[in-house]
Amino acid sequence: MSDISHPTRFRRASDDSPVARLILIGIALGGLGLLVAMPLLVVLSQALAEGWGAALTSLASHDARSAIRLTLLITAIAVPLNAVFGIAAAWFITKFDFRGKAFLITLIDLPFSISPVVAGLCIVLLFGANSTLGGLLVAGGYPVVFAVPGIILATVFVTFPFVARELIPVMVEQGRAEEEAALTLGASGWRVFTTVTLPNIRWALLYGTLLCTARAMGEFGAVAVVSGKIRGQTATMPITIEMLYNEYLSVAAFSMAGLLTCLALITLTLKTGLELRHADALAATRRH
Amino acid sequence: MVSRSTWIARSPMPGRGVAAGITLSMLSAVVLLPIGALIWQGVQFGPLGIWDVINRDRVWAALWLSFRLAFLAAGFNLVFGTLLAWVLVRYRFAGRRLVDAAIDLPFALPTAVAGIALTTLYAPNGFLGGLASQIGWKIAYTQWGIFLALVFVGLPFVTRTVQPVVEEIDTEVEEASATLGASRLYTMRHVILPMLTPAALTGFALSMARAVGEYGSVIFIAGNIPLKTEIAPLLIVIQLEEYNYNAAGAIGLAMLGISFVMLLAINLVQIWSRRKIGHV
Amino acid sequence: MTIRPVFLTLALFAIAPQAHAQDLLNVSYDPTREFYRDINQAFAKTWQDQGHDAPKIETSHGGSGAQARSVIEGLGAQVVTLALASDIDKIAQAGKLPTDWQTRLPHNSSPYTSTIVFLVREGNPKGITDWGDLVKDGVEIITPNPKTSGGARWNYLAAWAWAQENGRDPKEFVHDLFTHVPVLDTGARGATTTFAQRGIGDVLLAWENEAWLAQQELGEDQFDIVAPSISILAEPPVAKVDANIKNDAQGELADAYLDYLYTPEAQAMAFAHYYRAWDDSQADPQDVARFPKMNLVSIDDLGGWAKLQPEHFGDGGIFDQIYAGP
Repeated sequence: MSDISHPTRFRRASDDSPVARLILIGIALGGLGLLVAMPLLVVLSQALAEGWGAALTSLASHDARSAIRLTLLITAIAVPLNAVFGIAAAWFITKFDFRGKAFLITLIDLPFSISPVVAGLCIVLLFGANSTLGGLLVAGGYPVVFAVPGIILATVFVTFPFVARELIPVMVEQGRAEEEAALTLGASGWRVFTTVTLPNIRWALLYGTLLCTARAMGEFGAVAVVSGKIRGQTATMPITIEMLYNEYLSVAAFSMAGLLTCLALITLTLKTGLELRHADALAATRRH
Repeated sequence: MVSRSTWIARSPMPGRGVAAGITLSMLSAVVLLPIGALIWQGVQFGPLGIWDVINRDRVWAALWLSFRLAFLAAGFNLVFGTLLAWVLVRYRFAGRRLVDAAIDLPFALPTAVAGIALTTLYAPNGFLGGLASQIGWKIAYTQWGIFLALVFVGLPFVTRTVQPVVEEIDTEVEEASATLGASRLYTMRHVILPMLTPAALTGFALSMARAVGEYGSVIFIAGNIPLKTEIAPLLIVIQLEEYNYNAAGAIGLAMLGISFVMLLAINLVQIWSRRKIGHV
Repeated sequence: MTIRPVFLTLALFAIAPQAHAQDLLNVSYDPTREFYRDINQAFAKTWQDQGHDAPKIETSHGGSGAQARSVIEGLGAQVVTLALASDIDKIAQAGKLPTDWQTRLPHNSSPYTSTIVFLVREGNPKGITDWGDLVKDGVEIITPNPKTSGGARWNYLAAWAWAQENGRDPKEFVHDLFTHVPVLDTGARGATTTFAQRGIGDVLLAWENEAWLAQQELGEDQFDIVAPSISILAEPPVAKVDANIKNDAQGELADAYLDYLYTPEAQAMAFAHYYRAWDDSQADPQDVARFPKMNLVSIDDLGGWAKLQPEHFGDGGIFDQIYAGP
């Protein structure tokens, strides 16, 4: 990505042949079209099957609004928790040498490979009214399962590795030299983190956080197990979508699905926009 | 580096206590404690009981199906995702930013919605399923449908792990390789791909891990016929419907065990390949 | 991070247990959504007319078994209205209500009944008129999985009852029947969607009310309903969950809600929602007349849930043997 322009008839050694480019771009766009764009079109066309008015009316209903509020609340709690965890875990793993590092990373990844259904089952086994802990909590008036805390727990569980997973590779690439230099110059630990490390990892952090947000809003399997599916109380947006779909209210169901997708798209566009604006800074931090 | 007496090697880096404390306590509270409850359930049930539940044709068939298709889907994503990362970083074309954002959609779309949308498209009376059925290719309600759903949910992982690494590659390396007489293909194979391998493997592992446990989107498109298109997570749900926590836990533990061994193996391969090519 | 305390405070508000006496949670199964939406409105009005405060009635829908499990695990339902008596039996076994709950209300605690019918494509191209036609070559059947769907257990038992009456080996017949099933959905609604919207299969085995509803919602000119010579009398029961009643006022509300289901007004609504209810005195005659006369076998004729459930649908039961593998 050098600034020097070349006459077009010469191809740089790091460029692929035009034919290869066309083929690769074709495969990429074709594959994404079949896998992502078409299903998205299905969602949007179903949502707007009866026009914008019907779609917006369905979203303004009391139950829809409370589902949107609940989903936003859960996201607002789960994402900061996971961001703090992700930073701590990435720091611990990349700045220190210790035995069992691969094992620890595997444990952090574990929520990925656990079926959301099993994740929900685990939480029910631990906090359900039939367990010791759950029984105490229910008796104290703080039910976890079939209430909001259970949904938050399930959401934190399934999105647990997102931030850490984004940060670790970047911090590995960056190495420790810059931090060590700053320490030698007498900077405090916190100062090193905020002035040296954080600027280096902010894009990865932002990206992980946004992914975590998107996934937290859309989680269905685990939440379905621990939510009582009560309208206005424990029905999140994905749960409401399923309920509406089962009631043959496909416009309402897909409108909410469309809204959820739009929320995700907004977060992702935000990321892209920030990248564009700060492209130079970004390139600078990525060069060694 | 690591001495016998200290678990964590001495390091001048600050914040060891805080970082380790937050990491380990949150890991315990959010992940280990609930999984511990599952394992405790299994311990009470006993290894023989667990083996009795798992050692049936139908359970083996479901486990084999889940892990085989997850592996194949992750394999597809390994190739396609690496290609996507390359195209997105190296080429400039109209709508590139849009494509870049679209890759994350499978994360954001609720799995049930994804399942419904994919089934609508790929069912025999759907747009793409109709085209496929004209050449006698059934997608929805066969293993192809499951494969498709698993590719969908695992799509972003490889691209997102490989992309930053492609950005890091210094084009001078490729130029040097070309100067030394290597063909573009040779440079790709022997210079570029090895650099991408550790990240791609991470993406592969994540993609596969996600696919193995996927439930929401698959049940809509799978057909769910025992021994043919029944996935392991569905068996867990079936056991739960029968109030059979022991059996549900047993199948859950089997999946957990296999996944854990797999993830551990891939993490080890990754550490090994990083060392081999000189990173870290 | 300064905004975090705000979130935590919000969370506490959301977590704080609701303390209204006048609320009621009805945990129900899938195909009753439309019915209970109407019932809740009508009952709330009646209850207010009797001089009470407006009640806050919530319903939750899902697979019957999963819903029962939620209640056992602590979902605070005061009223359950499920697909199978055996599911409420499970809740009773967990100590949430007396085991003789089914004698507390009329008609085995089933205010409405239904049966299993066939939904076929317009004009009935495969000529399906009875259970025997289902296992003909080339017929594809859509039914949900009896292991995950209460409705599908009725499908299965209706087929069993027909085979018994017609001198066929019932075990062999249901085995044959399930080899004709290309897609086994987890719930009744999923199966209806697969059949009606994805165009899979030649015949859908469905709740009678579900079949009518599908016809109404998804196109009357696309499907025909076929009533087989024998079917099963499906009695979805209702019960008060005594352990979840917080105070006398709430107990009164729960009892009134369940009693209301037996009033001529509610029974008329059940007819309107395609259920075979008991009291047609206030029902629209058209709603009553559209049900064909059918020979309905009751669950007790087959031996009762206590025997049938483990024998057929338990782990390793007759249904599992169909798919036991080579």
